[in-house]
Amino acid sequence: MQIRILHFASFRDAVGRDADVRELSEGTRVRDLWASLGHEVPLFARFRAMPPAAVNREYVSGETVLQDGDEVAFLPPVAGG
Amino acid sequence: MSYLTSSPIDVASLLLEARDSDGALCLFLGVVRNENEGRPTTGIQYEAYGSMAETEMERIARLLATEFPDVELRMQHRVGRLSVGEASVAVVALSPHRSEAFAACRAAIDRIKTTVPIWKKEFHPDGSSHWVDPTKK
Repeated sequence: MQIRILHFASFRDAVGRDADVRELSEGTRVRDLWASLGHEVPLFARFRAMPPAAVNREYVSGETVLQDGDEVAFLPPVAGG
Repeated sequence: MSYLTSSPIDVASLLLEARDSDGALCLFLGVVRNENEGRPTTGIQYEAYGSMAETEMERIARLLATEFPDVELRMQHRVGRLSVGEASVAVVALSPHRSEAFAACRAAIDRIKTTVPIWKKEFHPDGSSHWVDPTKK
């Protein structure tokens, strides 16, 4: 299955791109995706805990199982206002 | 009306058309200031995960409508590059009485700052910049 990952703010700077498309195996959870990104992005590997994550524009837990076509984002600490 | 805007916030339009039952209108504006944590700041770039930020602000509006049934809430957040003195966020709470208006206005801005996916990059007089991380205060 295929999902799309969006990168924002400091995470986009760290990755060097706005977005990525990934092929994942069925049953991949949000936390599994975060762990795999940690192997590629040094900034992500330094996190002790997974940052807040969203699937299809809603906050989700790391246990959420990804589905084909999902839009996933890991969110740097928000700083609106 | 959209919760996000890339144009200057039109505060006057947010204040129009109070209900006849409203006796209080509370306005909060977040404004870009000239320093943060002792460091001079010349401006701020606001970036949003736009579609999710809209959803999240709608969720905040829905929750607050339950908590403050008599209050009408209006919110708008600016995105893009702002200079010192410009408004980055506006919250308007209208209510028959002032206590609910103050409380709802406060609750709204506090939640916006906590859950809405918006980020800010501060610029300094020497040309450097950095993403603000409120969890590192």
